[in-house]
Amino acid sequence: MTEQLETTRDDSRDEERRPPRAVVGSHRIEEEIFGKVFDTNIIRRIWAFVEPYRRKIYGAVAAVLAFTAMQLAIPLIIRYAIDHGMKPGTGGHALPYIMAAFLVAILVNFAASYLQETLVGSVAEDVLFDIRRAMFAHLQRVSLSWMDKTEVGRLMSRLQGDVNSMQEFLETSVLSVGDITLLFGIIVVMLTLDFKLGLLTLSALPVLFVVRLFWLPRARKSFMAAHETNSIANGALAEAIHGVRAVQGMERQSVNFTLFDDKVRANLKTHLTAARYAQVMVPIVDSLTGLAMALVIVVGGARVLNQALDVGVMVAFLFYIQRFFDPIRSLTLQYSVMQRAMASGQRLTEVLDVPVDISDAPDAKTLSADMDGSVEFRDVVFGYNPRHPVLKQVSFRVNPGETVALVGPTGSGKSSCMSLIHRFYDVQQGSVLVGGHDVRDLTQDSLGRQIAMVLQEPFLFTGTVLDNIRYHKTDATRDDVMRAAQAVGAHDFIMRMPDGYDSVLGQRGGNLSLGQRQLISFARALVADAKILVLDEATANIDSYTEMLIQKALVKLLEGRTGLVIAHRLATIREADRIIVLQNGELVESGNHQELMKNEKLYAKLYDLNYSSFDDIPEDVIDDAMTRPAT
Amino acid sequence: MRAARPSASLALVKAAGWGKGFSILTRITVMAFRHPWQASLAIGATLVASAFQLAIPRLLGQAVDSTQGVLSGGSEGQAAQDALLTTALLLLGASVMRGLFTLVQNYFSEAVGHHLGYRLRLACYEKIQRLSFSFHDSMHSGDLITVGLLDLEGVRMYFSTALVRMVLLTVLIGMGAYLLLSTDLLLGLLALSFVPFVGWRSSVTQLRLRATWLELQERLSVLTRVMEENLGGIRVVRAFAAQEHELAKFETASQSAVELAHQRVGIRVANTSAMTFSFFVAMGLVLWVGGTKVMSGEMTVGTLTSFLTFMTILQMPVRQLGLMVNAFARASTCGARLFELLDLDIAIKDDAAAPELKVTEGTLRFENVRFAYPAADREDVLVDLTFEARRGETIGIVGPPGSGKSTLAHLIPRFYDVTGGRITLDGQDIRKVRLQSLRRSVAVVQQDSFLFTTTIENNIAYGDPWAKEAHIERASESAQLHNYVLGLPSGYDTVVGERGVSLSGGQRQRLSIARALMLRPAVMVFDDSTAAIDAGTEQRIRSAMRRYAADRITIVVAHRLSSLMNADRILFLEAGRIVESGTHAELLALGGRYKALYDLQVRPGDEALSA
Ligand SMILES: Nc1ncnc2c1ncn2[C@@H]1O[C@H](COP(=O)(O)OP(=O)(O)OP(=O)(O)O)[C@@H](O)[C@H]1O
Ligand SMILES: Nc1ncnc2c1ncn2[C@@H]1O[C@H](COP(=O)(O)OP(=O)(O)OP(=O)(O)O)[C@@H](O)[C@H]1O
Ligand SMILES: [Mg+2]
Ligand SMILES: [Mg+2]
Repeated sequence: MTEQLETTRDDSRDEERRPPRAVVGSHRIEEEIFGKVFDTNIIRRIWAFVEPYRRKIYGAVAAVLAFTAMQLAIPLIIRYAIDHGMKPGTGGHALPYIMAAFLVAILVNFAASYLQETLVGSVAEDVLFDIRRAMFAHLQRVSLSWMDKTEVGRLMSRLQGDVNSMQEFLETSVLSVGDITLLFGIIVVMLTLDFKLGLLTLSALPVLFVVRLFWLPRARKSFMAAHETNSIANGALAEAIHGVRAVQGMERQSVNFTLFDDKVRANLKTHLTAARYAQVMVPIVDSLTGLAMALVIVVGGARVLNQALDVGVMVAFLFYIQRFFDPIRSLTLQYSVMQRAMASGQRLTEVLDVPVDISDAPDAKTLSADMDGSVEFRDVVFGYNPRHPVLKQVSFRVNPGETVALVGPTGSGKSSCMSLIHRFYDVQQGSVLVGGHDVRDLTQDSLGRQIAMVLQEPFLFTGTVLDNIRYHKTDATRDDVMRAAQAVGAHDFIMRMPDGYDSVLGQRGGNLSLGQRQLISFARALVADAKILVLDEATANIDSYTEMLIQKALVKLLEGRTGLVIAHRLATIREADRIIVLQNGELVESGNHQELMKNEKLYAKLYDLNYSSFDDIPEDVIDDAMTRPAT
Repeated sequence: MRAARPSASLALVKAAGWGKGFSILTRITVMAFRHPWQASLAIGATLVASAFQLAIPRLLGQAVDSTQGVLSGGSEGQAAQDALLTTALLLLGASVMRGLFTLVQNYFSEAVGHHLGYRLRLACYEKIQRLSFSFHDSMHSGDLITVGLLDLEGVRMYFSTALVRMVLLTVLIGMGAYLLLSTDLLLGLLALSFVPFVGWRSSVTQLRLRATWLELQERLSVLTRVMEENLGGIRVVRAFAAQEHELAKFETASQSAVELAHQRVGIRVANTSAMTFSFFVAMGLVLWVGGTKVMSGEMTVGTLTSFLTFMTILQMPVRQLGLMVNAFARASTCGARLFELLDLDIAIKDDAAAPELKVTEGTLRFENVRFAYPAADREDVLVDLTFEARRGETIGIVGPPGSGKSTLAHLIPRFYDVTGGRITLDGQDIRKVRLQSLRRSVAVVQQDSFLFTTTIENNIAYGDPWAKEAHIERASESAQLHNYVLGLPSGYDTVVGERGVSLSGGQRQRLSIARALMLRPAVMVFDDSTAAIDAGTEQRIRSAMRRYAADRITIVVAHRLSSLMNADRILFLEAGRIVESGTHAELLALGGRYKALYDLQVRPGDEALSA
């Protein structure tokens, strides 16, 4: 029965095209929370970014007001022209004056619109980049434990989408000041021109408000749904791009296509609904405009006939009515922009407010380059989740100039130890000392400069080989870089690349083999020229021969430096001054090769059996050494 | 056939000439009209809506004139009242109709766009999924995302913002001009005097903005890359205390983008305010000349009013001319890039009548295989590779970094095609059988594997999402992952983070082994996939797998010789050639490179180091 399970695939596969255990893209609920329209706290936070430019903003608001005033004035001027400037047979003395007034009005209008748009436009751009810079800088400081939990894609959408909607928000909020003023201005002007006619015209307004009252909540929901399905579909697309090699390797294309189709279809549906909601207001507003104009014509016209009203006033009314609904319409648009902006602002402040758990103490010391290079763990207890410690009471000391190896089964906490030396995380108990100082008493920057690391996962940046090896040590010369590359045996293959050291690497170094990437990241650590060198399986993907050559070359380079090495291949670490065996987060033995041999525990057994590694060990020995489920 | 090199050609697109742009727009238009009745409704409604729109100023003029008739001592009051009422009703009707038809116009033009977007998105997704590795090697994922999001959006918006708007503007401006000019030639000319200026200005400006837009996109994509790589490689950044360096990189990229953004604001603002100004100047002229005419009795106030109203109605469309030009330009550049992607030849695909792969006795054979990566014109990575593996056999592969081991592994499921020689499975050239059947028979545990942001269970079942639970657990047990997963608070429902950051290196590798085991392939390739796993655990994985080994070919790439010792044959690869091959014992006896590796790993390396 079980054999059958293993050798045949389940036949149900093609009947149901949507398999139970398949998803594309990760659905991220918290993306979709829409904010309140007005959240004072968020406004305050955003204002902090606008504050430096407040002069410009005040200027812009003033310009908007001037602009609005001119928009109000122009129909009035036309009214005067009609009523007083062009009475047949009056000789038209007034007309030139009126025209002069008109000229002034449009000049002011020109200047105001120029000023307003320039100011708002440039401030919005500046603020956008300021917010982005602040976030990026903050992300450089927040702790890795937070970064571990957060997807890069999500952060990128903070840094791009959300920041952009703040820009939009700034532009619209200045405009809506203008719109609100215009709306009230028109009301006031109409009521002053002719109170009764004004009231009559405004009677269309309550209708609009009632309609809106029903429309708004539904429309809002549909806009949100459209927005949400859109970001889901986009997330799935991004995943397909990043994971394409895994997708093809496992022939998931057709399943994924079906699943993606579901998402895009949902997106289409919500967008069509949203479009219906958005457009249904158009005929309503148009009809109300028509109604208002009809009223003015019938009622106002009758009064003009009775000579109770100047015809110019009626014309002015007709002009105002046409403009009247514009601000209402654009305020509606701005309303949803604001809403989106508040949600974005919320998410931005969330990022900006991520506490920096690991920061320099106020009296932090600088770790100088002539420190002794010792590393010490004192009763360290540490867990990514404090309730599940990964390291339990680990103590050891690495003396200046020593090379110490960490070995142990997978998941036993070796990489975690290395992260602690660098203070990527803070310990829960005990302390980690570098150069005799608790790492918490040192500035992170100086600590980082004295420790060079080769991480288990080589990460390379887009750019040339040279830039990658040199990385932040921009003063390293080409010779330094070449020397490091030669030491790790990367020189030859680099020279075989089309442009040698100036060859551009693909994304994440994709046009190199993994071993080659590892060599380059090794060379990068050498160029950093630090007192302490940490190698986390730096040669795991490299053959022993190349490794031996590297070790030989390193002997000289590492003189007087402290080394910490993690490896699963025992041959790699046999030369270490001391070997520390970790198991399940506990230090089970330590000592140099000879001492461990005398200990006659695990290491000695292995060695006596002349095993090259933990290989072909009798089951009981493995069981001894093996992981209990690590946490 | 070599794969296309899109990154180079995608950049070239902006230099493409008008002819190309036109053919792209035609293509989008044709695609849009694949929803014929929706598209026609949109355009028909546009015509009707603009007709009603144009009726409004006339009616207003009439209304004003009706009131003036009495003043100038014309017909009696009642008739004028009636005339006013009729005009008002007509006006109301025209407004309602305009609104309704605008609704139809807007809704259906958006609907066409959304349907278009839907189809393009699916096409884009499918293409990206199917394009071969060599394409993805040559393309930065960020650029591909830009095509799939921004460019697609540009094409989607084409129908509503370019095509329908063009119809609308043509009708409004054309008819409007005709009406104005036929009423009063001089005043009409004055009223329209701003049209050519604004039309020309805004078109030129939009084209300039368009050009800078492309430049801006480029600068922004550099900025994006800086941020993305910083966040993706945050551990490296922290490890080297390189925050300052990264901030400086960010600052440079950001600065160059913000400068351009400011320039663009300048261009845009100069244009809009000049346009508005010219409009008002024309209006002033109409008012002045019209006023004089009214005074001399040549013209009625109503006509003047209708002129002025016309102008306000025309103001919007004329300003929109620029937007329309922009939409056309955008659609043609975005379309060029999008279609370039959609039209790409998939380098590795089925022949039309390719048969299914039939695995019978299970023999994999490399015959004089040669391979060179298409991206760079470099020397061959694999040279004259020949070997054979039968069902039940295990082939071990060792060699220095860059010797071509992963490349070899990637050739078997046809991630890349050989450039010389051939690979056969039971005598069938793998290029001649259906790709899907081939890939179902070959599983590669890739050297740097990608995990998906979903639960451990879904990740394991990725290749076989119909799998039964028992099955998933079995694979996980074989990969020595089960116990670890059980120890997690939410067990198999634990979501692994992006690229599996919350797992240790070995846990990640075991997860990808479990995932590959689910496929039960005829050929199983482990590409250095136990490097981060201690030998004890690896030993257990291997003994768990011995159970299935009889049914399949196993190829193991490894650096730890203990992983390979028991292989039926070990190939030593160097610079793409097999330099030694044989069993462990044979190779030791040979005393060559393999022996040297063995000595280094088994005996203390003192001599080697001091040598
Ligand atoms: N960023 C993280 N967040 C949460 N848990 C983590 C994180 N990194 C590691 N762990 C967990 O901590 C434990 C120890 O991991 P660590 O990476 O230190 O192991 P390791 O000894 O380096 O193993 P390997 O040899 O497989 O690399 C593992 O159980 C792992 O799942
Ligand atoms: N996508 C690619 N484009 C261009 N060249 C590549 C690409 N991938 C690998 N190469 C080059 O091909 C050669 C062989 O690479 P391959 O990945 O097969 O090496 P490998 O034997 O697997 O090495 P390792 O042990 O480091 O994994 C290397 O010189 C590498 O730089
Ligand atoms: Mg590790
Ligand atoms: Mg490889």
